[in-house]
Amino acid sequence: MAETVFAPWDDPTERPLIRFRNVTKRFGDFTAIDDLTLDIFEREFFALLGPSGCGKTTMMRMLAGFENPTDGAIELAGQDIAGVPANKRAVNMMFQSYALFPHLSVWDNIAFGLRRESKDKAAIAARVEEMLKLTRLEKFARRKPHQISGGQRQRVALARSLAKAPKLLLLDEPLGALDAKLREATQFELMDIQEKTGTTFVIVTHDQEEAMTVASRVAVMDEGRVMQVATPERIYEAPDSVYVADFIGDVNLLHGTATPSGNDTYAVTWAANEAPVQAASTRPLSSGQTCHLAIRPEKVAIHKDKPEADNAVQGKVLDIAYLGNLSTYHVELPTGDIIKAQVANTRRISRRDFTWEDPVWVSWTKTAGVLLAE
Amino acid sequence: MRRAILIAVPYAWLLALFLIPFAVVFKISLSDIALAIPPYTPTAKDGIWNMLSQLDFENFVFLTEDDLYWKAYISSLQIALISTVLTLLVGYPMAYAMARAPEQWRPTLLMLVILPFWTSFLIRVYAWVGILSGEGFLNQFLLWIGIIDAPLTILNTNTAVYIGIVYTYLPFMILPIYAALDRLDGSLIEAAEDLGCSRIKAFWLVTIPLSRNGIIAGCFLVFIPALGEFVIPSLLGGSGTLMIGKVLFEEFFSNRDWPVASAVAVILLLILIIPIVLFQRNEQKQVEDGK
Repeated sequence: MAETVFAPWDDPTERPLIRFRNVTKRFGDFTAIDDLTLDIFEREFFALLGPSGCGKTTMMRMLAGFENPTDGAIELAGQDIAGVPANKRAVNMMFQSYALFPHLSVWDNIAFGLRRESKDKAAIAARVEEMLKLTRLEKFARRKPHQISGGQRQRVALARSLAKAPKLLLLDEPLGALDAKLREATQFELMDIQEKTGTTFVIVTHDQEEAMTVASRVAVMDEGRVMQVATPERIYEAPDSVYVADFIGDVNLLHGTATPSGNDTYAVTWAANEAPVQAASTRPLSSGQTCHLAIRPEKVAIHKDKPEADNAVQGKVLDIAYLGNLSTYHVELPTGDIIKAQVANTRRISRRDFTWEDPVWVSWTKTAGVLLAE
Repeated sequence: MRRAILIAVPYAWLLALFLIPFAVVFKISLSDIALAIPPYTPTAKDGIWNMLSQLDFENFVFLTEDDLYWKAYISSLQIALISTVLTLLVGYPMAYAMARAPEQWRPTLLMLVILPFWTSFLIRVYAWVGILSGEGFLNQFLLWIGIIDAPLTILNTNTAVYIGIVYTYLPFMILPIYAALDRLDGSLIEAAEDLGCSRIKAFWLVTIPLSRNGIIAGCFLVFIPALGEFVIPSLLGGSGTLMIGKVLFEEFFSNRDWPVASAVAVILLLILIIPIVLFQRNEQKQVEDGK
């Protein structure tokens, strides 16, 4: 029996855990969040992704109770939480700086929240031990935060924020302070813990790879607005704006005008001296509409001779970025446009087929790109 | 070699300006009063061995026999302790307000705290005489707004001494606490609230423990000079204000009994040093236990 796919956002009967309803937040003249509506469901691992200053941290702080919306309402499990102070919300937060109490041991840090609501020492001790086990920190329970490593501190912060079993856990750039290798390992650990505890996680990050790895859905934000909310695959493969296509990963953008040329297919005229390129689109475009064609570099093939393909353009190799597992060829077209083609290095580099200044052909299928109307 | 020289400088400083003077005072405290210049015997002129053999603890024994001295010590400790607590109670909220003030105001506020130091300490204490006396500004003001019908007697009482000490040493309390609070990461308070603390609870459980070092430093900076204070009790205090600083002054300058005065000074130093050493031991132990 196939496992049912976790997708509560596609189920109209599902009630969201968090609802942002037309939320606006202003700081003086500055609008941090602009009329934002968003649903987050239970057990989701939801990522807020965007450049710094896009308002993602403000959204998180409103969920935690450190800021209140200027307009609109935020609902948690059906209840408007405006005016409920941070210490009365079933929401816990893991801070970017971890905010561990330096005067308390790891054990006391984790017990801090529990002690506020319960007097039962045995129950607190049991819960702290459980959290220490979950985050593999048993050996460090008696240490002070300054006596453990950055990765261990990150786990203490996680254990402390999970200890009270919140309905919602907020993570503010949780892995920002870790080095690349440890960050990768911790991402999987986070997903594992999220699955084990069944808590709803909302993570704020500017690192798209991190968001794509951990999240069930990603909201791409810019200047206080949500540009697109979708699963990582859809964000990457079917961005619905040039901003999202450009923000996530690497992309080739061809600017042109579209003319219908068949069933859901359009011919895009992008340069005076070049043949139009064919592109499929499920979103209808009117004839003569200006648009962008976004094609991911790994979907562009590179050849010595003219290939049999839906679209093929000639150019010459301008630059080669060698990344070890991949090589990215920057191919300059006669129009001056540059198309990036990415090739997996399945053979040793000494056997490379192309080098600088070589005349080459780049090609892609008509379904490879996404047509984005302006 | 260069390092040795560099380290030698502070050690030489300590030796020349602390240890040698202390040794001299200690030696005088073991001598006997004499009508001579200097007013004690024996001196190094009698020969080192001769001098050493004549030293004794007679003056320390004398201090225990006359109850004036231990009463003065106890009363000084009491006054110093109470004024330290009062200074903390006044200083902590001020330091807290300063640390919470908008960034651009802080240098100004800091300046205001330090500003009184630009005037002579003696003049500032004299100014309090003008404020607190029977016909002083305070009494006139209170009579004028009708809170009292007869002038309050504040000057020449212990109350005036407390006011004087709190006023004088307040910056020494504010500055270290401010430094500690200024370093405090605001997200720690938010974390405490996030984990279920009310504002007040977060203050007790996070702000106070994390400003502990500032509080301790401030208390030491106030308590130590307050214990041996001479100017404030003699200008603002009355005949009933018994403080060891005054006793010390009288032994030196009125009685010209240098040996007894030195013994008083040595005991005063011990009273201060012993608790500090014990405290530091305790701190050291706590740091090691944490490992």
